[in-house]
Amino acid sequence: MRLLRLVVSRAAFYAVAAVFACLFALPLVWLVFAPFDARANLSLRLPHPFTLANFGKVFSNAFAVRALFANSIIQGVGAMLLVTLLATLMAYALSRAPIRGTDLLSYGLVLFSSIVTGTAAMVPLFLLVFSLGLIDTQLGVILVFTGGLLPAAVFIMRDFVDSIPRSYEESALVAGASPWRMFRDIALPIVRPGMMVVAVWTFVNVWGGFFVPFILLRSPSNMPASVAIYSFYTEGGTPIITLTTAYSLLYTIPVLALYLFVNWRYGFRFFGGIKS
Amino acid sequence: MPERRTILPLRTGLLFLAPAAVFIVAFIILPFFWVAVVSFTNRSLTGPGALHPHFIGLQNYARLFQPGTFLQPGQFGSSLLITGQFVLFSALIGQAVLGLFLAWFFYRREGWVKQTVQTLAIGAWIIPDVVVAFAWSAFLDYDRGTLNHILQAFHLGKVDWLLGVPLLSIILFNTWRGTAFSMLLFSSALGSIPPSHLETAEVNGANAWQKLKDIVLPLIRTHIVTDLILITLWTFNTFTPFLLTGGGPAFKTEVVSILTFRIAFKYFDFGSGSAIGMIMMLINLAFALVYLSLLRRQQGASR
Amino acid sequence: MARVVFDNVSKHFGTVKAVDGVSFEIDEGAFICLLGPSGCGKTTTLRLMAGLEQATSGRIVIGERDVTQAKPKERDVGMVFQDYALFPHMTIAENIAYPLKVRGVGSHDRNARTEEVARSLGIEQLLARRPGQISGGQQQRTSVARAVVHKPQVFLFDEPLSNLDAKLRVEARSFLKHLQMELGVTAVYVTHDQAEAMALADRIAVMESGRVVQMGPPLEVYRRPATTFVASFLGNPPMNLLPVTLRLDGSDGRLHGPGFELDAGAWREGLGAGSRDGAELTLGVRPEHLQLAPDAASATLSGQIYTLEPLGPETLITCMVDGRLVTARLFSDEPPALDGTAHFRVDPEHLDLFDQDGNRVPR
Repeated sequence: MRLLRLVVSRAAFYAVAAVFACLFALPLVWLVFAPFDARANLSLRLPHPFTLANFGKVFSNAFAVRALFANSIIQGVGAMLLVTLLATLMAYALSRAPIRGTDLLSYGLVLFSSIVTGTAAMVPLFLLVFSLGLIDTQLGVILVFTGGLLPAAVFIMRDFVDSIPRSYEESALVAGASPWRMFRDIALPIVRPGMMVVAVWTFVNVWGGFFVPFILLRSPSNMPASVAIYSFYTEGGTPIITLTTAYSLLYTIPVLALYLFVNWRYGFRFFGGIKS
Repeated sequence: MPERRTILPLRTGLLFLAPAAVFIVAFIILPFFWVAVVSFTNRSLTGPGALHPHFIGLQNYARLFQPGTFLQPGQFGSSLLITGQFVLFSALIGQAVLGLFLAWFFYRREGWVKQTVQTLAIGAWIIPDVVVAFAWSAFLDYDRGTLNHILQAFHLGKVDWLLGVPLLSIILFNTWRGTAFSMLLFSSALGSIPPSHLETAEVNGANAWQKLKDIVLPLIRTHIVTDLILITLWTFNTFTPFLLTGGGPAFKTEVVSILTFRIAFKYFDFGSGSAIGMIMMLINLAFALVYLSLLRRQQGASR
Repeated sequence: MARVVFDNVSKHFGTVKAVDGVSFEIDEGAFICLLGPSGCGKTTTLRLMAGLEQATSGRIVIGERDVTQAKPKERDVGMVFQDYALFPHMTIAENIAYPLKVRGVGSHDRNARTEEVARSLGIEQLLARRPGQISGGQQQRTSVARAVVHKPQVFLFDEPLSNLDAKLRVEARSFLKHLQMELGVTAVYVTHDQAEAMALADRIAVMESGRVVQMGPPLEVYRRPATTFVASFLGNPPMNLLPVTLRLDGSDGRLHGPGFELDAGAWREGLGAGSRDGAELTLGVRPEHLQLAPDAASATLSGQIYTLEPLGPETLITCMVDGRLVTARLFSDEPPALDGTAHFRVDPEHLDLFDQDGNRVPR
């Protein structure tokens, strides 16, 4: 009797798990098959005939190539460098300098940035970038992303810095280092794992970001891949499925690769659960 | 023991802070006030409102709340209703409940089954917005979409998702998309419960449902509140449904962020766009305050 | 090497007085222990010496220089932290050489000096490894090497042995003392372990609530504790402290304690104004000074046996004397055969009296 209950509950477990696995996987399966299908359409079917020519179509589309391999990368890397550097400096200062009320500040910042979101503040953000003369520039997009992502990045870095015992830095100071020297020789190398996490997180958010470039950019030649894909499947009559799915797959691969990398390196740690 | 050991002198610390602070002031603090200011003007991108915007008091707000048209499709009231349903069903009921269920389902189990399901859920969450929306627009296609194919295979008949039940479609979409976050948060919350609590319950004869209700939920109350506040805020402000339905058909899925976009960037009425933005921020603030007070009450009670 | 002077130094954290008007002088080459319970201010005092904290008031002098406002790097001290603080991303050699690198010493000289110091500490074979790859004891010695390498004026130790297990601790303790004696550098050592302080120090500064309560050579602090706090902090098991009342009934006066009575003559003068009838005082006697008496008649005090702990070379007997626990330490090969009651006598020379404020009354 006991054995039967065990078998049934095991079977039920697998069944429920299978249902959820399907639930999550199903909408995406099409995206795995269609890029390799010479005659892809909206329905889910095995690639027939199998081909790699769709990717060729992507590379021969100048707009698509430029969007993905230039603009997305510029925006992603630009914001990543800026956010990582600035957030590290600020988090370090909040943790190590005698500034009053830093805990309140950290939490208050995250709270405030959850209230003043990109979509609620779209008008003033646009006007701000407009008045700086940065509409339709990569720099404008990078700056806005940076501003929006900094509070959460500081929150994540603060966590890292706080977990380092101060005695490392103190012993460097007593050994004769000046504060800047100590920061360079000792503090920065030790917080590098945290910086990596923030860098990857920033890059993934900017790479996948649609709204900010959508409202700040005008010329097609400045669009990143996210906007490019959107234009592929909405504008015009019927989207060119073969091109768009192949392009989407290429566009998604860096994100998956980075996730696997961070997961392998650091495990999926949860800093109060911040994604975007 | 000293409370805080300072490593950086104050001046150097402020120097370190400064660049980030500039960004935060410029892109978060400033817009908060700017939005308020513009909402009282007739600022626009083109035409007379661009060159010489006037102060027009509460006219923008009045127009949003006009009793006659308030609930008409495409108007602010209707959008609020849509957004409310969207948040309630996809976040509070959808993501949170599903996330909790999955976390509980896999609680204390390891193995490839758990890894697979969790990885798939996370995949749904981290793949870029545009790609996911594109995949769903194919998934929900009336003639060729996978979902309808499956329904037909079960003799349930096709559903016109994107045009017939658009709100339901974006609710399903957003639930699917965001569940992973709640699942992971609750997983780590459950992981922090000392096993001895549950073992005591088991020894006393409690079944799974009782364990969940009497032991688990009370212990992870703060995590539940944190999860709800985060996903409520995110879902209320999200622009992603735009990628699936564009706010249509006929404004049926025009959540507040999409409405703002239409007013500000299609009709170029920055004044009204700011007014909606201001209201969005006030609603965000209200959410945050409600949840914060809930949190503080939790912490007070558990002392 | 240099002398260290604290002149009425205070450090406040908001309303908390972590260090409250501390003054002392440390001679060149001396080994001083700052001893006290957690929160007494000993670590803060050390950090004030290092420059990791800024004094709220007072003057700090190292060598000939007033360093009160000086930054850590200007003070030329070597410090060993409780958790060793070895930089995880550098090799042992780089860790040790860091103070030299920061002072601009050329790489050739740095390597030579590092090797020399590592050799003297017995860790020269570890130079290429990383902190995570060596044992706790080796980490501790690396930390010492780094403190020594640039030939500082003063050594500062912040409970450097507390992370080692007991056996290693005793070894490391004598090693540190030997090293300090050889190098002749002034050393200030913070610990909460009184045995450590007794073993290492030329002078002990006992601290409580931010103040130095007593400072002197170990044996003096042990034998003539200035307050009940010092008396009970040094010595293991601690000094027995019993409440007594002074009764002036005609004669020189008697001290009435739980179950016994003593002549108060020796302390009348020392009590001065405190010598009133009914004065509540404290009598102290160290466990090793309680000797077994054969019977109640020859005993100073007696009590019901509470526990008997044969520890090998000594036996601890704890008795209940009128509701108070009194411990005696007996040295003999054979634990005594006792039942029910134990009787003790004490040589009056070994009795200490403390007044109502806990201060020692001189004879």
